[in-house]
Amino acid sequence: MRYIPTTPEERSHMLRTIGVESLEDLFGDIPEGVRLRSPLGLRRALADPELLAYFRQLAEQNAHADRLTCFAGAGAYDHFIPPAVWQLAARGEFLTAYTPYQAEITQGELQAGYEYQTMICELLGMEVANASMYDGASALAEVAVMSRDLTHRDRVVISGAVHPEYRQVLRTYTAPLGIEAIELPHREGYTSVEEAKKWVDGRCAALVIQQPNFFGGIEEAAALAEVAHAAGALFVVATADPLAFGLLAPPGEVGADIVAGEGQPLGNPLNFGGPYLGIIATRMQFVRRMPGRLVGATVDAEGKRGFVLTLQTREQHIRRERATSNICTNEFLNALAATIYLSLLGPDGVRQVAELCLQKAHYLKRRIAELPGYGIAFEGPTFHEFVVRTPLPAATLVRRLAREGFLAGVPLSRFDPRMRHHLLVCVTEARTREEMDRFTEALKRVGRPRQRASALVGRRG
Amino acid sequence: MVPEELRYTTEHEWVRVEGNRARVGITKYAADRLTDIVYVELPEVGREVRFMEPFGVIESVKAASDLYAPLSGRVVEVNERLRDQPELVGQDPYGEGWMIVIEPQDLSELDRLLDAERYRKHIGED
Repeated sequence: MRYIPTTPEERSHMLRTIGVESLEDLFGDIPEGVRLRSPLGLRRALADPELLAYFRQLAEQNAHADRLTCFAGAGAYDHFIPPAVWQLAARGEFLTAYTPYQAEITQGELQAGYEYQTMICELLGMEVANASMYDGASALAEVAVMSRDLTHRDRVVISGAVHPEYRQVLRTYTAPLGIEAIELPHREGYTSVEEAKKWVDGRCAALVIQQPNFFGGIEEAAALAEVAHAAGALFVVATADPLAFGLLAPPGEVGADIVAGEGQPLGNPLNFGGPYLGIIATRMQFVRRMPGRLVGATVDAEGKRGFVLTLQTREQHIRRERATSNICTNEFLNALAATIYLSLLGPDGVRQVAELCLQKAHYLKRRIAELPGYGIAFEGPTFHEFVVRTPLPAATLVRRLAREGFLAGVPLSRFDPRMRHHLLVCVTEARTREEMDRFTEALKRVGRPRQRASALVGRRG
Repeated sequence: MVPEELRYTTEHEWVRVEGNRARVGITKYAADRLTDIVYVELPEVGREVRFMEPFGVIESVKAASDLYAPLSGRVVEVNERLRDQPELVGQDPYGEGWMIVIEPQDLSELDRLLDAERYRKHIGED
């Protein structure tokens, strides 16, 4: 696609054609009060080297994961990405490609999409996956709509241990469609099976949980699946890090009917929060209600293997307002990176990454539990993330630790004002024991009550 | 092409009253225009359907279209053979290619449907 600016001649030609004298006339409907009458407050133009230096200086003010040691997760995970992933994904043929309207022209793209779908199915233990969505949160919202369409019920029960932003996006999406989203409060960081039984009934389209959950906890997925199925509801599993299924039982093996997830951890950088990679996978019997693009394998007129976009008659460009979804596109480049990443690692590599995440996170969890003033907030099994009780407000702690060279985690007060002293900490395979030991020392130092303040408190007591 | 004894919707479904039940399918005219039919999505037995509201979807290589209920009532039978042989709809739309049987709530809804003559006019075949 080319973007060619107009010449003054072209502009006056266009203005004449639509019957106005000048640009000023064209904008005549815009009220005077909101119009900018002074020049834009732009600085003088910079030469290329000056411009690069300026932006470098701006970038250096960021506290980012390349400069600080990252223990933050909460839906965006700092896994190691082998350089080969983007060396390949950034090739011009992929990086600049826009899906052509005749998608089958680009057999290479479609083949990569087909491989992606296959790998996602293997990782999640599901039968069919689409060629990707925007991100984990919007994928989950699409799945709520899909559940309604499959069950003809218009209520979803969503665990309070699902990422708060995922829940928010789901509500934004479903409320105008008349789908009611009921939140199941978490019990000490986990979804309660007993509580779920109370809410999941014959009016419920789906029970939605996250595995591992937002607090890093490993949910009793099989028991929760039974609760959903006993009520004739679908069991929907969200995940923010599919690499967990290198170790945990994949959702398909514990009764998931639909999986919605975030594929960023698969070879995609943190990217300031996007573009990310939405995953949807389901059982074959539900494929016609699955939104998004789907690549299928076929044979051409000469009997040679080829790839097509399949089931397109369900999509918006053909079915208009009755389409399965209003999303007609996908995140191909991110899906491609995930495909290359998973190919490089292979099943053993994925298991190894998951094991390292688990072991390292548990090492740090033990070290922090021993620190005076700190504690582990919730009891129960965790994967690579856990909630720390902090001696001072977690947000303050995070600010102080940034000065010590750490992204210490995500303060949960951001999502729940009652959780001021709760810090969500993540350890991926990319962290070293030395980094964790330094982090523990820094937590100890920063968490110590300040001399003078504690003396005052002491006198009062 | 358009059997005399049936009633029709403007959306090309037919309905045949059989005692206190009503059998539903799509017309040959519609089936021919859809070309190759690859999938028919039908409701489960027991589902309530409402007059001229969608009860399923028919999918061909060209399009996916809604199927409209010619009568309100409860679905009491579904043509399970269409799951594996959707092509029956094209081959024998008024026979083997039937879709559902409804227990109608209100047979007076029949008066709001087209008879064969008016359906023929509707599709321009008179």
